[in-house]
Amino acid sequence: MPILGRAALIIALAVCAYGIFAAIYGAVTGRRAFIESARRSVYALAIATTVAFVVLELAFLRSDFSFAVVSGHSSTTTPWYYKASAMWSSQEGSLLLWVWLLSIWSSLVIFLTRNRLRDVVPWATAVLLGYGAFFAALLVFKVSPFETLSPAPTEGAGLNPLLRHPAMMIHPPMLYSGYTLFAVPFAFAIGALITKRVDAEWIRSTRRFALGAWLLLGIGILLGARWSYNELGWGGYWAWDAVENASLMPWLTGTAFIHSIMIQEKRGMLKVWNVSLVLATGILCVLGTFLVRSGILDSIHAFGASTLGVPFVTLIAGMSLGSIALVVWRRGILRSEHKLDSLLSREAIFLLNNLVLVALCFVVFWGTFFPLISEAITGEETAVGPPWFSRYTVPLALLLVLLSGIGPLIAWRRATPRNLRKTFAFPAGCGLVALVAMLFIPGVPQKPLAMIMFALGAFVIGTIAQELWRGTSARRAMTGEAAPLAVVSLVRRNRRRYGGYFVHLGIVFMFVGVAASSAFQHAEDRRLQVGQSTTVNGYDVKYVRSTATFQSDPSKTGAMLTLGAVLDVSKDGKHIATLTPGRGYYSSSNANDGLFEQLINGEPTSEVALKTGPMRDFWTAVAPDFTKLQPLVDAIDKGLGQNENMTQDGLLRGYVAGLTAFTEAYKQSPPPAMFRIISSPMVMWIWIGALIAIGGGLIALWPAPDAARRRATANLKARVAQDLSRA
Amino acid sequence: MAMDPARKRRLRLTVALTAALVLAGGLVYTSFSAGSPARNPSELLKSAQAGQSYKVVGIVVKDSVKHDGDALLFKVRDRDGTAETAIPIRYTGSVPDPFREGREVRVNVSRASGETTFVGEKDSLITKCPSKFIAEDGSKPAGTY
Amino acid sequence: MVDVLAPLAIFVLMLAVVYVVTGPLRRGAMSQTEAREESDRQNLEAARDAKYREIRDAELDKETGKLSEADWRVLDRELRGEAVEILRRLDELDGR
Repeated sequence: MPILGRAALIIALAVCAYGIFAAIYGAVTGRRAFIESARRSVYALAIATTVAFVVLELAFLRSDFSFAVVSGHSSTTTPWYYKASAMWSSQEGSLLLWVWLLSIWSSLVIFLTRNRLRDVVPWATAVLLGYGAFFAALLVFKVSPFETLSPAPTEGAGLNPLLRHPAMMIHPPMLYSGYTLFAVPFAFAIGALITKRVDAEWIRSTRRFALGAWLLLGIGILLGARWSYNELGWGGYWAWDAVENASLMPWLTGTAFIHSIMIQEKRGMLKVWNVSLVLATGILCVLGTFLVRSGILDSIHAFGASTLGVPFVTLIAGMSLGSIALVVWRRGILRSEHKLDSLLSREAIFLLNNLVLVALCFVVFWGTFFPLISEAITGEETAVGPPWFSRYTVPLALLLVLLSGIGPLIAWRRATPRNLRKTFAFPAGCGLVALVAMLFIPGVPQKPLAMIMFALGAFVIGTIAQELWRGTSARRAMTGEAAPLAVVSLVRRNRRRYGGYFVHLGIVFMFVGVAASSAFQHAEDRRLQVGQSTTVNGYDVKYVRSTATFQSDPSKTGAMLTLGAVLDVSKDGKHIATLTPGRGYYSSSNANDGLFEQLINGEPTSEVALKTGPMRDFWTAVAPDFTKLQPLVDAIDKGLGQNENMTQDGLLRGYVAGLTAFTEAYKQSPPPAMFRIISSPMVMWIWIGALIAIGGGLIALWPAPDAARRRATANLKARVAQDLSRA
Repeated sequence: MAMDPARKRRLRLTVALTAALVLAGGLVYTSFSAGSPARNPSELLKSAQAGQSYKVVGIVVKDSVKHDGDALLFKVRDRDGTAETAIPIRYTGSVPDPFREGREVRVNVSRASGETTFVGEKDSLITKCPSKFIAEDGSKPAGTY
Repeated sequence: MVDVLAPLAIFVLMLAVVYVVTGPLRRGAMSQTEAREESDRQNLEAARDAKYREIRDAELDKETGKLSEADWRVLDRELRGEAVEILRRLDELDGR
């Protein structure tokens, strides 16, 4: 079967090569048959990569260890759903996932544009197939997922236990979907520039894909943050780690693009901005894909140095230089049709928005690549940490929130100054009231930046509430609908605007949650004996007793050994919660250690115990320290290794006996353990905000039902026709 | 004093560009002074300046991990170095799940004058995930065990 | 069994790919000038739809109090004039 996979990838590469040739040949000579053939090549690519994908997935699901990748990342004891996702925990599998997703999205866009953009599509096809060729070539020549082992091992290495979590299953496909989907607007921008068709039709076709990619990438980033908070033992959701930043950068430029494109649609302005933003986003997506697997930057995510550095750098350099050359070459068609009429216009706000987002992206870029930059300039590699990032991103984030509140209140082209004052009154009032109220909350004025964020949040919420209110009132005046119905139909008939407002609302909730949970967080690391108590932020935490469980059925999922603690949390004598953080231990496969030592010294994962609520999260994790029990571990291993003629059964029984002894010892006389205890306010607002933002994104994306669209068009056409007949 | 629109626009552009340059300049400048230079443990042992924060990358020395109250004590050696050129670190803050002897870690440290032990910056300890991808020469990456 | 299945599957895949890709070459497609005219028309239609959307947006801006009645009337007239222009160019294209 591996041969089928390998062949499928070679066919995929061949199809890409042919398609690129056919597309460009057809575009240049005008022979549309070749253009159509190139379009079909995209479908053929999807077929070929799907075959390869299915072959590899089946190998994982069947635990076919003759596949080197399967034996390296899965095992017979891995549950089937993690077997499926183990495929993309490997370098090879993840690249195959990338090219498969690329082929799917490319096929979708080729299908949707089958009767449109006939000038642009050939070039866009060539670019998309170029991507495909690059990744297919990597998979065929450098990192094949279909390497075989012979003889096939009977057991695999298993999936890294840190990845055995639902969020970790979907996180890579989501991120990659975002990255590959952004390839579509990139390709169409290249095509539009070459054919000088950076126009209304280009905008119309590009928008949806950019918005969809933005949404998927955002969801991928959020899943990573949530997993980090809920599953890892450090209790944070964002570390300004190089790989996190790599996914954030295209999302920032993508956000700028989906806003700024509206201005080009309405006023034919910011054309250079828009093509630059969409090209930069595409390049940053490839950069992000590259950073994760290159090892050039220190990261907790980095999958180690790999042999793919040179090809990726070449691709990124090529894309960057090509994009710049194209924009300069076509600068003639990118001239603005109009100029900014007034600073008091939504256009001006959007322009400012562009600047802030690009500034944010620059800050993140600079901080992420600083080790390389400083080494290049001073010869000494220097890194900057989260405090540096916060220093610059926080003020920019505040500015962003402010703009998201002002934008909806200003009209396009030219706002009426008198109306401006009336429109600002309520939201500004909300902000001021919030600000004043917070001055009275103890502890808040000491963190001015957080306080400003809260006030701005109130301002934006006021803006959105007012927009909903006024829009609904206007609608009711027109149609006499009941209020709830009016809101729904208002949103339905103005999806882009109100979907966008909901996204802003969600983002504001998120920023408020981030501000509160970082500025007012209390995190402590304490070493506690059983019976000992400690106080964190006014909460008394008592280490009541230790827990130790094991499960001896190797076919079951979960950790073989779990050591934990029972914590009693109270405040001012009142019981708040009983939390049971734990640590699960998974065996390593280090032959130097005894069998039991492999378990103890294997892969531990934290089981976080969290009491969550709208106003506060109480987060705990435990790291047991059993150096005291090392003699027992050695004794168990000695016992297990003693009898060379021990049967498999005997070995298992001995192992279980060892586990029993160890867990009893841990329960009876537990050594002190390290606890990490974090009390942070309003963390839940981040997740709620994320859901609202995603909902808003979906509303904005949703196409209007055909009938409604035709009706709206017909109405307007009638009105405009009156002018036509008069003129 | 009405300006013609073209001049107003040029003025706006100039203001915007100047602001951008000033901000970018501030950013660049502070990154050089706020950063922590990367060092090997053996280099730090020889030439660490008192009070300067460094980013040290190395392997946790076997049998060097101890607890002292709420703090974690351990030694870090060069990737291909020995325990003799390892530096002692006293660290408080979050300890990542994969942390153990023999693993590669990255932590920001500084040393006060007259001290031998380096103090780890709170929450700056990062442990490299055992590499899933094969290293350059096709072998399993070194330093995992 | 697997020994026969794999090469057979590869053969089928190659056949499928070649069939899909060479289809248009066997059938032939529309001419280049037809394609360009269609693109021009679609672009104008997209511009028209965008202009209609702008008109509705401006009205909503007035309804939600961002534009005064007077300013809105001016803007609405401007936008409708721009829409008329697009419709005219569309008609020209049809007449071609």
